[in-house]
Amino acid sequence: MNTAESSLAKKAFDRLVSNKLSLFGGIYVLLLIVLAIFTPLIAPYDYAYQDLNLGPSGPSAEHLLGTDTLGRDLLTRMMYGSRISLMVGFLATMVALVIGVLWGTIAGFAGGRTDAVMMRIVDVLYGIPFIILIILLMVIFGRNLVLLFMAIGAVEWLTMSRIVRSQVMSLSQQEFVLSAEAMGVSKKDIISRHLIPNAIGPVIVYATLTVPQIMLLEAFLSFLGLGVQAPMSSWGLLIRDGAVSMEEYWWLLIFPSLAFSLTLFSLNFIGDGLRDALDPRTGPN
Amino acid sequence: MISLILRRLGTAIPVLLAVITLTFVMVHSAPGGPFDEEKAVSPEVLVKLNERYNLNEPLVVQYFDYLGNVLQGDFGPSFRYPSRSVTELISIGLPITFELALYAILFALMLGIIAGVISSLRPNTAYDYVPMTIAMAGICIPSIVLGPSLTLIFGIQLNWLPVTGWGDIPGDKVLPTITLGTAYAAYCARLTRGGMLEILNQDFIRTARAKGLSEFRVVVVHALRGGLTPVIAFLGPAMAGLLAGSFVVETIFGIPGLGRFYVEAAFNRDYTMILGTSIFFSCLIISFNLLSDLVAASLNPKLRDQ
Repeated sequence: MNTAESSLAKKAFDRLVSNKLSLFGGIYVLLLIVLAIFTPLIAPYDYAYQDLNLGPSGPSAEHLLGTDTLGRDLLTRMMYGSRISLMVGFLATMVALVIGVLWGTIAGFAGGRTDAVMMRIVDVLYGIPFIILIILLMVIFGRNLVLLFMAIGAVEWLTMSRIVRSQVMSLSQQEFVLSAEAMGVSKKDIISRHLIPNAIGPVIVYATLTVPQIMLLEAFLSFLGLGVQAPMSSWGLLIRDGAVSMEEYWWLLIFPSLAFSLTLFSLNFIGDGLRDALDPRTGPN
Repeated sequence: MISLILRRLGTAIPVLLAVITLTFVMVHSAPGGPFDEEKAVSPEVLVKLNERYNLNEPLVVQYFDYLGNVLQGDFGPSFRYPSRSVTELISIGLPITFELALYAILFALMLGIIAGVISSLRPNTAYDYVPMTIAMAGICIPSIVLGPSLTLIFGIQLNWLPVTGWGDIPGDKVLPTITLGTAYAAYCARLTRGGMLEILNQDFIRTARAKGLSEFRVVVVHALRGGLTPVIAFLGPAMAGLLAGSFVVETIFGIPGLGRFYVEAAFNRDYTMILGTSIFFSCLIISFNLLSDLVAASLNPKLRDQ
């Protein structure tokens, strides 16, 4: 990384941090990720452990956020749930990122008929109502987490590929790419050295905004009983359990709901902040 | 315009065929037959059942039979409720889901457009920040949180509104409508604000003001027409989202609509029902996208030539 590049990155970072909401979002998400990583070490209880003497109980010193109807510690289950929710969000985004960037770069760089065919495929796929296909997948092949990642990721790459393609198309007409071509740099190197690094800004922004969308989708499915299954936990599942028993045990609904909504808030704020930070033209408004 | 319609139909039909084929293959590649779990079924009955549901034919034959039937609006009998056809179940659930989606979209448009116009008229003041912050909240709070929370507050704690049913007790349509509509109201508000900001800076608005037209006339008659284009383009995808959202909202509030039938069918592994409703939902979503494209094109001549 040369100095010009690093100072640009630094400016972008400064702009991002000066946006208070993004900063708050960033700290919250970072904290959440650290907690999720170390959950097996620091969780107060085991996620399936039932305190049978206690049953459902409100927040107390022993169980900070109370216990659920089976006497399981809510905080523990939320921590384990965050692992699943975050993992689905980030892994599926990675899948979408890889497919979308490759597809868009190749289409934009190749141009002509290859581009037309590739983008036509994207257009057709856009028309398919994927939520229905994902539900079908879950019904037919069992509630398999890996499959869930793959299915969601394979859906979310479409917009990504469009963004990357338009970036690449405008970049590949610029002089430094043309001169690299004239100098005989291989296509692979042009793509990996010149096109992808320069197209990365909007891609990062879109990826950040994709994470909450995917977490939402997972929560939707788990809420309907079609996603993560007990005794494992995810936020969608916890909210579902909370909704069932909220009449007597409000905390079972409120705490997971708060955690989940705050996460979605934070990720959206980070995305918005990044957009402003990486594109000085828009500015915060 | 006609060439646009034809072009869009040209993509919609292959998509629809792809969806039908994909769902058909997926459902039929599911491990085990639909009657494997019923232990009480004797071999003779199984043969009869397979005959009744056409399961003995090769898959390709079944596929074309099914396709032919679907084109005539016949999705076959439900596996779970053999006395009822899937078409019948869809026709029971659909009006309710439609009503819910309609109320939700009306709620979203009303609230969203008003909020968006207010914030666009005085950008970067409190009139802008307050509605837009609320809109951000509306986008970030998912329906699976909003629905149960509203139920807890207005249904259980305050006891103002009924929390289940649809059309049984007065007021039972309020909470589902708000739950389903809030996120879309928020999107509408943001889109209206963006669209209006762009239009309000243009020359013809200044001309209209210079002519001495009332501010109301300038905003509502002149600016809103162009300012709402993004909202209209959003309506198609929004309808698709609303239908998917109805799965959750109908489950939360116990509404006997198509969304809940779909989720129940998914649970019961009622394969013909899943297949039928999936295809039906897909048709709806694709049609709405088509419709909103056409409306957007008729409002904005530039889009027609693309």
